[in-house]
Amino acid sequence: MSDMKQENINSTHYDIPLELQNQVAITTLDKIYNWGRRSSVWPLMFGLACCAIEMICTAASRYDLARFGMEIMRPSPRQADLMIVSGTVTKKMIPQIVRLYNQMPEPKYVLAMGACASGGGPFKEGYNVVSGVDRYVPVDVYVPGCPPTPQALLHGLITLQRKIDAQSIKDVRWYRKGEIAEIPIPVYGPDLIDPRQIEIIKQQTRQQPAAEQMEAASAEAQA
Amino acid sequence: MTEQLAPSVEELARVDELTTRFPEVVTPDTRKGYEGYIVRPENLIEVATYIRDEMGYDFLANLCGVDYLPENKMEVVYNVFRTTGGRGLTFKVQTPRDSSSVPSLTPVYPGADFQERETWDLLGIRFEGHPDLRRILMWEGFNGHPLRKDWREPFFEEEGKPFKSRWPEGHVYRIEDKNPFANNVAYPEGFDPDQWEPENDARLYESLRRSVKELYSDLDTEIIMVNMGPQHPSTHGVFRIAVALDGETVLALKPVMGYLHRNHEKIGERNTFLQNMPFTDRLDYLSSMSNNFGYALAVEKLMGVKPPERAEYLRVIMAELTRISNHIFAIGMFLNDLGAYFTPALYAIEERELILDIFEAVSGSRMMCNYFRFGGVARDLPEGVYDKIYKLVYDRLPRRIDELDLYLTNNEIVRSRTEGVGVLTPEQAIAFSEAGPVLRASGVPYDIRRADPYSIYDRFDFDVAVRYHGDTYDRYLIRIDEMRQSIRILQQAVRDLPEGPIQEGKPQYQVRVPAGEAYGRVEGPKGELGYYVVSNGKPNPWRYHVRAPSFINLNAYETMCVGNKIADVVAILGSIDIVLGETDR
Repeated sequence: MSDMKQENINSTHYDIPLELQNQVAITTLDKIYNWGRRSSVWPLMFGLACCAIEMICTAASRYDLARFGMEIMRPSPRQADLMIVSGTVTKKMIPQIVRLYNQMPEPKYVLAMGACASGGGPFKEGYNVVSGVDRYVPVDVYVPGCPPTPQALLHGLITLQRKIDAQSIKDVRWYRKGEIAEIPIPVYGPDLIDPRQIEIIKQQTRQQPAAEQMEAASAEAQA
Repeated sequence: MTEQLAPSVEELARVDELTTRFPEVVTPDTRKGYEGYIVRPENLIEVATYIRDEMGYDFLANLCGVDYLPENKMEVVYNVFRTTGGRGLTFKVQTPRDSSSVPSLTPVYPGADFQERETWDLLGIRFEGHPDLRRILMWEGFNGHPLRKDWREPFFEEEGKPFKSRWPEGHVYRIEDKNPFANNVAYPEGFDPDQWEPENDARLYESLRRSVKELYSDLDTEIIMVNMGPQHPSTHGVFRIAVALDGETVLALKPVMGYLHRNHEKIGERNTFLQNMPFTDRLDYLSSMSNNFGYALAVEKLMGVKPPERAEYLRVIMAELTRISNHIFAIGMFLNDLGAYFTPALYAIEERELILDIFEAVSGSRMMCNYFRFGGVARDLPEGVYDKIYKLVYDRLPRRIDELDLYLTNNEIVRSRTEGVGVLTPEQAIAFSEAGPVLRASGVPYDIRRADPYSIYDRFDFDVAVRYHGDTYDRYLIRIDEMRQSIRILQQAVRDLPEGPIQEGKPQYQVRVPAGEAYGRVEGPKGELGYYVVSNGKPNPWRYHVRAPSFINLNAYETMCVGNKIADVVAILGSIDIVLGETDR
């Protein structure tokens, strides 16, 4: 809120007549736009694992997320601005996460809470674990910890506010021409199939028998 | 622990009973460090029925598969207990690895349902006669059965930890660099993504329709299929419920799990014994101290060590504090599910924070305590914490529990929403292997702290909380009762806490665990939390299985819900109190 102190608002180098000074404020469009957005970031009510419990504690009375205007957690992605990925992202869950992300309206942000969401964490080697949600959706803020304490999550949210402060209405992606491309939703295959990787998958799975045939052929030639 | 391993006279008599009744069919398991019997697969149902009806072992606690790769066979282990108390009985069946199949025990113990599905999913053991043998944790179409010893995950490095690359002379690399997709995926040879048709839950809906048909074969009515979750505010995490509805009435319901399947057991078999301790924290992340307790007991049973007095008391204090913090949170969230949006939860979280402060002081972490060690605990109480615990258990918590009771128990809305809803009879509860508060709310006074005392629970004066109606309201009330009993135990433990060492022997990073098997169990806040550990004398466990109460308690979920309204599905789930970390592992 520091930006909205009277001195700050009035320090835009415009001369305001004395009698209007408490009634008129002059500021930049960016500032007022960002101030509105950063003070009412509504997170998606969406808990994945252990970190979700710390997220609930952050929202409760002791740490009180309401101080930042963020206490209104919406279960519907259509009403949410921020997706807090709170916990281990598994291969079985990632199609739903990508779908939720696609359903959120712009402007939207993603905060990866904890080691698992940031990079797989202690479960990285597991066969059903995605090593970091950033392999599928773009992440704005990473919060380390296993699980991060509520203080760490608050720090992450303040960092997000700073990021919002630095954006300018001139070049944000949601006011540009053209549609924003949706992220293709992964498919359950023999293992998780990322539609963006289909070409590599084809190459790899085709190469293997081919290489074997060549080996067999060379073995025959030697014989 | 060591004196418990010696068989009693009663047990020796039992050996005779089973083997003389079924000569050649049942043989004692004579491997070193193993106990129980090996049953021929063809006669499994016959023997199991005898064990249940004639010998009184009516509660199937644990069912899991073990892959004995060197001997080229699969084994299914059954741990059964009497709900009247006492030690358990273990029996096993063996089957060849490549065509592994054993008869399903669902006709004898309906509680085997989910555990058999899990064993099929992860180990590929087929259960003949299972009514609905689908994968449960992974999706249909997933390649292979991951817990088989020769199945390797895409990020495979070595068979067991510590990895050579992490030693000083090793060369550390990122595992992504070794994978052709730079990602945690692997595909079978010759796989063509263009030809692939995803299964899209076809078998799930088929199973739902089948259940509806069984119930209403002559009824021709429009049936609506509704999916709740995995992203839904009232499913307590990433849990999914597929429901078949007639209007608002539930006809059939299938829980869908695995959205938080973090491969606990596969990772656990690569870890060393002690490395698993912090992973157990993340099972039921609301009660990490209890999880530690069960695992420590199982491995201590194998090692034959016993913690010193002070450590035993500290363990009990921490486990009971965990129970209170879990139940108070469960009640808060349960009221959330009934529609009292977050006000009771905020009161509950306030008390929980005070308990978390104690955990943070003794272990360094609020939630993931990693506090227990084999033969003791990690740290002693820091200065001032004893007084904090003392004030909490003698003054604040009893008052706050009374307050919660006063505000909620006779609330008109709570009562009308919960009384008579989701009734589970005692016979059903035992048959479905329900445990903990769900079992005791149905009128079965079965509490492991009393029925088969572990640690030092036999010294404390407390009652086993029990309620008799088996409805949602009783499952709420029993948590209040249990918190009061926990306070009683805590008051005695805090009063009697002796001075002394907190660890048997020196603290070690690498423990020597003799070959053998052990099933260690505790009465966790959610129910019977068991660990089945097989060691072959190496630094890593050969098999590491968790008997997760949240998972097995869901066996009865469909029975509780059918005939109720869709809104009650949420309330009933809240009253079972599941945590997804434990359900999916």
